[in-house]
Amino acid sequence: MIAAMRSETLKLVTVRLWWILALILLGYVGFTAGLLAGLFGALGNQLAASPGAPQLPPESLPAIVYSTTTAVGYVFPLIFGALAVTGEFRYQTLTPTFLAEPRRGVVLAAKLVVVGVAGAIFGVVGLVASMGIGAPVLALTGNDGALGSSETWLLAVRIVLAMALWAVIGVGVGSLIPNQIASIIVVLAFTQFVEPILRFGTSIWDWTAQIGQFLPGSAGDSLVGASFFTSFGAGAAGAVSLEWWQGGLVLVAYAIVLSLAGLATSWRRDVT
Amino acid sequence: MDTMRGTSIEFQSITKSFGAVKAVSNLSFTVEPGVVTGFLGPNGAGKTTTLRMLLGLVRPTSGTATFAGAAYRDLPNPLSTVGTALEASSFHPGRTARNHLRVYAAAASIPRERVGTVLDLVGLHDDADRRVGGYSLGMRQRLGLAFALIGDPGVLVLDEPTNGLDPEGIRWMRGFLRARAAEGRTVLVSSHQLSEVQQSVDRVVIITRGEAVYEGSLAGLESGARVRVSAVDQPALALALIAAGAEVHPDAGVLVATGLTADEVGAAALAAGIVLSLLAPEHVGLEEAFLGLVGADPDPAAQVVPTATEEAR
Ligand SMILES: Nc1ncnc2c1ncn2[C@@H]1O[C@H](COP(=O)(O)OP(=O)(O)OP(=O)(O)O)[C@@H](O)[C@H]1O
Ligand SMILES: [Mg+2]
Repeated sequence: MIAAMRSETLKLVTVRLWWILALILLGYVGFTAGLLAGLFGALGNQLAASPGAPQLPPESLPAIVYSTTTAVGYVFPLIFGALAVTGEFRYQTLTPTFLAEPRRGVVLAAKLVVVGVAGAIFGVVGLVASMGIGAPVLALTGNDGALGSSETWLLAVRIVLAMALWAVIGVGVGSLIPNQIASIIVVLAFTQFVEPILRFGTSIWDWTAQIGQFLPGSAGDSLVGASFFTSFGAGAAGAVSLEWWQGGLVLVAYAIVLSLAGLATSWRRDVT
Repeated sequence: MDTMRGTSIEFQSITKSFGAVKAVSNLSFTVEPGVVTGFLGPNGAGKTTTLRMLLGLVRPTSGTATFAGAAYRDLPNPLSTVGTALEASSFHPGRTARNHLRVYAAAASIPRERVGTVLDLVGLHDDADRRVGGYSLGMRQRLGLAFALIGDPGVLVLDEPTNGLDPEGIRWMRGFLRARAAEGRTVLVSSHQLSEVQQSVDRVVIITRGEAVYEGSLAGLESGARVRVSAVDQPALALALIAAGAEVHPDAGVLVATGLTADEVGAAALAAGIVLSLLAPEHVGLEEAFLGLVGADPDPAAQVVPTATEEAR
């Protein structure tokens, strides 16, 4: 298992994909965090200046800004995880992989662990962007970035954990849908289109909201505990939400179910 | 050296169907260490499928393929026991040759120094740090061989290793395989062309449409092919030979028997009490004997050749 993990690590660091994705993540999260910090920072000041208007509590701002790491960035580890598997099918590198380690389950387990760690690193990269740009912009608008607060750093830890789990789920998706194009399309269509609609739809009635909180995106937001989508977006209306640790367990469950399904299907198939 | 000693490879009634396509049917043969064994057959004969079953990459429909009794997946150090180069080039185009080998050396706990050693051995020293996406076919083939050699294995399984190599490379490969066999290793090398391997193999196994049609020495392949035979009572001779298992065609006033050696033809005639007026084993070329065996070729391009020689006779 240790040897398989070293091999999987080398696979990731010897091609350029990881740092290309990390760079885009850095720019995308940094931009979004800066924009939100500026917008809500200024908006909060305006609302505070007009008595009677609904208030935007200033202490909620840092969490909203920093959680852009997961709110807009979670597709990055998800896609990275899917590519780590589908690339093996696409370039037929499963052949040398299974020749070197014929116990196929060991290979998949090593991949899950190593890609999970890579996802955590994406989380750190995203936090560097969201805090590095978000905190100074909050300060510019006269708000507190709360960088000294332990709550902020607990949030950061949950964000890193969420990013790691999204990467692991990506491995599960890739092993279930080994066709690279198909799995990327499914990931993008589900995260950008299907799930937002489902989250909105399920939030209408109480009983559907009970189901909606188990959607992967909702569970991920519960784990992180803050997201500008849940604070202001579609889900806000009637949505209920799990405890942070329950959200984490739901993501773990998705990862396990998808990976086991992949292990039982594409991973067992003939390599020709 | 004892560590060089390869194990034998045994195929036992191995069969593989891909849906309706029967790729390999009921194939049994053994590959011994110390010699180079050629595994021959036309395109689509089932060579690659057979080798992939041996390596645990394709699950046989029935039957087994083992290394001295052990399935590939049960070998304690597979890459250090069996070295494999399969025809499909399995590389990530964005990875350098050196990193490609490092990835799998790590998985098999093989020391990193081996990577440089095998890259030098196959002549990729100067291109080792280029991305494989820019490699020529011959360079990929060499990298595939480097992967096979990384664990210094006692058994080599190579699928069409000379494909894409230049003449210099082909000659080098011949000498290389012979030298490995002389050290006591097991060498199994596939090809769809007899001429490509005839200078380097000692034994051949020939398959066509997934079934074995010949297993033995190259010399045996050449001599046992056709016997010209005649007698006063030709119809009786034909019946006797057919009863003995030969295929018989009339040709220029005599009979041409295939499937029996000259000795067996003579014995069959004697047993039937027929006086022979001619008994002449034909020394057809190796290539012709091979094409005769794989005869009804599913590949239309390859089919032209045996049909043409048939008519020329
Ligand atoms: N994954 C697959 N799905 C369906 N059919 C397959 C598959 N792999 C191989 N076959 C079929 O099995 C048969 C044997 O193919 P195989 O690749 O083993 O032949 P080969 O002897 O290696 O040929 P070549 O000399 O062209 O490499 C062919 O009819 C091929 O179409
Ligand atoms: Mg082949």
